[in-house]
Amino acid sequence: MKITELFERGEFVVSAEVGPPKGFHVEHLLEEAKTYLSGVTAVNVTDNQSSVMRLGSLAMCKALKDEGLTPIYQLTCRDRNRIALQSDLLSAAMFGIENLLLLTGDHTSLGDHPQAKPVFDLDSVSLIHAVKQLEEGVDLGGNKLVGEPPKFAKGAVVSPCSDSVDAQLAKMERKVRAGAEYFQTQAVFEPEKFIKFMEKAKQFGKPVQVGIIIPKSAGMAKFMNDNVAGIHVPDEMIEELKKDKEKTKAGITGVEIAARIIKECRPYCQGVHIMALGWESKVPELLKQAGI
Amino acid sequence: MLITQLKARDTIASLTEGKKVFIINCHGCKEVYFPEKEAAALQKELADAGNVTGIMTTDYICNPENMELRLKKHMDEINAADAVLVFSCGVGVQAVSAYLEDKPVYAGCDTCRLPGFQGVTPLEYDCGQCGECYLNLTGGICPITACSKSLVNGQCGGAKNGMCEVDNNMECGWERIYRRLKEIGRLDVLKCPTQVRNYATDKEVSQQ
Repeated sequence: MKITELFERGEFVVSAEVGPPKGFHVEHLLEEAKTYLSGVTAVNVTDNQSSVMRLGSLAMCKALKDEGLTPIYQLTCRDRNRIALQSDLLSAAMFGIENLLLLTGDHTSLGDHPQAKPVFDLDSVSLIHAVKQLEEGVDLGGNKLVGEPPKFAKGAVVSPCSDSVDAQLAKMERKVRAGAEYFQTQAVFEPEKFIKFMEKAKQFGKPVQVGIIIPKSAGMAKFMNDNVAGIHVPDEMIEELKKDKEKTKAGITGVEIAARIIKECRPYCQGVHIMALGWESKVPELLKQAGI
Repeated sequence: MLITQLKARDTIASLTEGKKVFIINCHGCKEVYFPEKEAAALQKELADAGNVTGIMTTDYICNPENMELRLKKHMDEINAADAVLVFSCGVGVQAVSAYLEDKPVYAGCDTCRLPGFQGVTPLEYDCGQCGECYLNLTGGICPITACSKSLVNGQCGGAKNGMCEVDNNMECGWERIYRRLKEIGRLDVLKCPTQVRNYATDKEVSQQ
């Protein structure tokens, strides 16, 4: 099922995220996904997230699909040139994977193989363009595909709380023009910034899922503030996480904060994307508290 | 060494259409091959059509002090122009663009690689010699060298407080480009078609 069809029906689309392991044993991960993520519409599978080498996104998408879940295949431009990317897109189509999230990707220098060659033959925009070409039955080299062309729901990302939000909007527009059909955002901790962003982004007429991270501790919040682009956890929220250490450790405070953010953002967007980062077990409670 | 080739006539026409331009030729260093005859013929056509406020032919515009001295003599002609069209390697275009802060500066040439000494190229204006000059779409700041990922369709989401995710001493190249385009009133170029890099141009000329 394409998640674009749900947006068209006016549904508030909920997705969550799964990061493949550094290894090939996925039974535990599949069990967790089935247990905790059955209430979400679709599950993103990250592509060597943070430039750390892991099991492939495509294989994990196939495994999730076989378990009856709807995967969103994340594809970055860091590790593959246009030949490999297009080839993997055809492979995804063969497996019946219909949802894509197309990104530039973190630089190799940030990950666990800083010696690796960063590819970036394409970028998020030209990758969206490549998918659109494939859907029209032609590859980037101008060659015709054999048989019925694939059809995907083409997703992209945007960073609404970035300190250069106008430049982000300009990039978002380029993605829309290239063929992006829906957006997921970087994690939002400042709903007022997100709402302001949405006032400008709604001109593009594409559904946006607000990105949510459940904050696990004050330390994690501070780490993100110092190191993660486009994320700022306000001081009051850090204080809230500090207040009752046991409650925070149990995930209760984090879920309360995340649920509050979702509620504040919900009237302004078309869905939510939860990056649980290992706290998949908290997703059902979060959705309950957020009233979804 | 490097070699400069004139951009396609249509490309140059689209940059100059309906505009008054001031033209700079750099016959700079002996390490650069410059298509003098072809450039002169093209410039004569533009001048005959009455679109040129002045032409300056000089050397080493990549040397900011030298360039400043030369340009000062032509400031009236530059002020009378809507844009400045530079026929030089990518370093020269970037140096002029940085100097003429509020004027659109366009590249008339693509710069390709040739083995050997690279000429006088101040480090702050690096040219990737990619053979497909993007400076006309990026406010005269090279995305190949100013962006750690050499992205040609805008910034990634990796910059933190305006600094690159790869090197926090390096400003995000695309944030610089965005700012510059805003300054010269050309944010509209961000609406250009999706750019797909052509690596077939990115090889040493001697191997072609």
